[in-house]
Amino acid sequence: MSTSRDIVLASVRRSLGVTSGEAPRRQAVDDRLKGHPAGVVPARGQLAPAERLALFKDKVVAAAATLDHLPSTAEVPGAIAAYLRARNLPATLLRGADPRLAALPWQNEPQLDVWIGPSDGRQLVGLSHALGGVAESGTLVLLSGPDNPTTLNFLPDHHLVVVDARDVAGDYETLWTRIRALFPEGPLPREVNWITGPSRSADIEQTLLLGAHGPRSLHVLLVGEAG
Amino acid sequence: MTSFTGPASSAHARPPRVGLFCTCLVDTLRPSVGFAAAKLLEEAGCEVDVPRQTCCGQPAFNSGDRATARALAEQTIAAFESFDYVVAPSGSCAGMMKTHYAELFAGEPDGMIRAEHFCAKVYELVSFLVDVMGMTSVTARYEGVATYHDSCSGLRELKVKDQPRTLLASVEGLTLNEMADADTCCGFGGTFCVKYPDISNAIVGKKADNVVASGADTLLAGDLGCLMNMAGKLQREGHQIAVRHVAEVLAGMGDGPAIGVAKKD
Amino acid sequence: MSIAITSPQLKENAAEALKDAQLQEALAKVGPGFIGKRAAAAAAMPEFDALRDSARDIKNHTLAHLDLYLERFEEKVREAGGHVHYAVDAADARAIITDICKRLSAKTVTKGKSMISEEIGLNDHLEAQGIIPVETDLGEYLIQIRHETPSHIIAPAIHLNKRQVEADFRRVHTDLPADRDLTEPTSLLAEARGELRQKFLVADVGITGANFLIAETGTSVLVTNEGNGDLTQTLPKAHIVLASLEKLVPTLEDATQLLRVLARSATGQDMSVYTTFSTGPRRPQDGDGPGEYHVVLLDNGRSAMLEGELREMLRCIRCGACMNHCPVYHAIGGHAYGWVYPGPMGSVLTPSLIGVEKGANLPNASTFCGRCEEVCPVRIPLPKLMRHWREKEFERHLTPAPQRYGLKVWSFFATRGWLYRPATRLAMAALSLLGRSKGRFSSLPLAGGWTKYRDFPAPEGDTFQAQWRARKASSRSNAA
Repeated sequence: MSTSRDIVLASVRRSLGVTSGEAPRRQAVDDRLKGHPAGVVPARGQLAPAERLALFKDKVVAAAATLDHLPSTAEVPGAIAAYLRARNLPATLLRGADPRLAALPWQNEPQLDVWIGPSDGRQLVGLSHALGGVAESGTLVLLSGPDNPTTLNFLPDHHLVVVDARDVAGDYETLWTRIRALFPEGPLPREVNWITGPSRSADIEQTLLLGAHGPRSLHVLLVGEAG
Repeated sequence: MTSFTGPASSAHARPPRVGLFCTCLVDTLRPSVGFAAAKLLEEAGCEVDVPRQTCCGQPAFNSGDRATARALAEQTIAAFESFDYVVAPSGSCAGMMKTHYAELFAGEPDGMIRAEHFCAKVYELVSFLVDVMGMTSVTARYEGVATYHDSCSGLRELKVKDQPRTLLASVEGLTLNEMADADTCCGFGGTFCVKYPDISNAIVGKKADNVVASGADTLLAGDLGCLMNMAGKLQREGHQIAVRHVAEVLAGMGDGPAIGVAKKD
Repeated sequence: MSIAITSPQLKENAAEALKDAQLQEALAKVGPGFIGKRAAAAAAMPEFDALRDSARDIKNHTLAHLDLYLERFEEKVREAGGHVHYAVDAADARAIITDICKRLSAKTVTKGKSMISEEIGLNDHLEAQGIIPVETDLGEYLIQIRHETPSHIIAPAIHLNKRQVEADFRRVHTDLPADRDLTEPTSLLAEARGELRQKFLVADVGITGANFLIAETGTSVLVTNEGNGDLTQTLPKAHIVLASLEKLVPTLEDATQLLRVLARSATGQDMSVYTTFSTGPRRPQDGDGPGEYHVVLLDNGRSAMLEGELREMLRCIRCGACMNHCPVYHAIGGHAYGWVYPGPMGSVLTPSLIGVEKGANLPNASTFCGRCEEVCPVRIPLPKLMRHWREKEFERHLTPAPQRYGLKVWSFFATRGWLYRPATRLAMAALSLLGRSKGRFSSLPLAGGWTKYRDFPAPEGDTFQAQWRARKASSRSNAA
């Protein structure tokens, strides 16, 4: 008895007029998978480091996120505390085990109550560290895992993301190259998240409103200068 | 003064011979558009003739009747292929001939080559005058405020957009007021308007609203099908807006009765 | 709810839609809402047309090698600890999904917006099996509580206004205070967020669609603005991706090319808010994420479309630009098309999936204005493919009799010029005479479709060809 798989693949091959054996077809597929050509990469992001960073900041804000540009990681806890104060939020936040977040000088803000782990939906503020950013659209790129649990990106009302200015690329392709280098042997993390602004919906009368299901606010803590 | 920058102004060449494809709607319902087209082509320095013709075949093609469409294509090609150019006062018919004839001869290499040779010569009237003959202005007078509707096939298949506006800008006494959504379909769609009259009516209703809102007293376009649709709707709604083919105004023949208006006795 | 096919009644559906004042009010916002945003996004990206070419080429390449990319995708999903299930048809896909849900003793499943789920009537089926499906995309949630179907592929509730939403929320959310203020969209959104947040946290299984499937890495890609797709796939025990075969693309870079045109074409955003690349289930060390990852690959007629010109339709990335720019969609909305997929893309896809016998109205109800093709990010020649269906209809003698007869009579004359020219002269002379006083007709025999709504101009008199020849003859005789 043939399985659904056999039926579907046979039907695909019948319509294409092929068997599975043609060497040139296999070669074309292997070449594309190995070569993974970039295609058309917009000139928009292909800028000198300082301009690239400026574009990233503009695009982050255009996507309705907010941004603090800080000279160094030393200022991150203070900026977080100021963010929470300004919005009358409790001085509590949840983060993952990312060593870069662990290494921040939390002792400078002793009133901050910093928890570690994934979110169960009860936390107002989540903190993540991004792998990088993409200037072309003001997009943050995050990887799932114990360092930066995915739930932090979506359940808290406020998502705060630290990104190193040296990790802001012009285009997405640069980040894919980096991700491939991080996981040379195999599978990607469960999730690679591109995040461009806070959650929104325009499903009621096409009126655009922020905070649909994910965070109502996305705040980017951009650290340092472009490398 | 009608003026040119293009090839026709170079004096030595033999005048290009243009076969005027008058379109079945102009032929039967509004011959004055055909005469306006011929006048403009002659002013541009062309030698014009009108070979015996019926229809480009688009109604059959768009109704799924490929065999009839192919037969009409063959008939039209035979009638026009000896001309230097084939020009129609319609983006729709010109678009049919220029962009679809070749595919009707799929699987017939000789027919395909012949069709492609023909297609290369086909033009919509106003874009032909501007793009090929280099016409940049006309000698014409029309007292009124006009708005111009971009008919779909001309706009999207043949890129007719600026050419009519360029020539209209030179018509003395004429002001062009652009309407909202000038490039949105008027709902004619050939047989669509009689197959789905309710939908077609909703679309032409919006178009009529935009025409009226433009404040124009004259509506112009380059396709008689769209013009009849819009004129019919405006008249049914009681609006006194004169609807004319753009060629009539450009040829200085905008003083006859507008579409759907009786001749004065 | 699963969808009864009413495409054969398109004319009746359209007439109803045109009379529906609330619907017309909502539809009036579609064009202004989407057209300008897309145009601005396209204008701000100088490479936009080059990206469209690239997107088209990627899809063409993938479709030509689809069997091989499917095999590669499958292998990579397995390597990452996930499962791939092929489904020949809707029943097959529904059975696969209910089996997974039952094995996990699922009581509720949350769902991301998926047109494939609508296509296979998944919600009704789950309910019949005692499993509660909860739509989490705001628009999908609105239509679920109204027992309606989507009227647009990216904005499923675009036919509703806020007063209708308020009434539905009061009807359904009975545990909330009756005197709450729901007059503004912000309060409606806040209420939906609160209601659905509870559902997200207790769901056993999350079902999403996919915008792309990446063969290189065995990854599914999901794009949303709300974040509902992420909560749907991250929180439950299992994530089921329901996707049709043609969602495959070769590589991460290829998906990226397509993503660059998707949001711009759909909503005019550079990129949607959440673009999520999911590969396999959670890893042993992960603190969150689904324990199981399943991909259901649905054929349901697509493999047959790979043969012949309809293959081009399989490039579609479901951005909705074609319907956003369609004058017919603007007039009648999505429900009138009578099945899952409305607008120009639906007019091509629907006959492929439900048969031209039932779907023929759709490709006919187009003015062929060509605006859909002009904005399609993967350059699908939609009018050409609609014409393909008209040809199939004509070949199978399915064309309605009056139309067929009219076409026959017209063809008879048009292909016989020697008969056509005198006949048209005679007819025009008669009509011209009849219409002379008014210059037009407000009714004409056999032209009721026209004159129901418009006047018809009286012919000027003799035909152009006859007049031209007469003038030539007289100028020749004058010269002689």
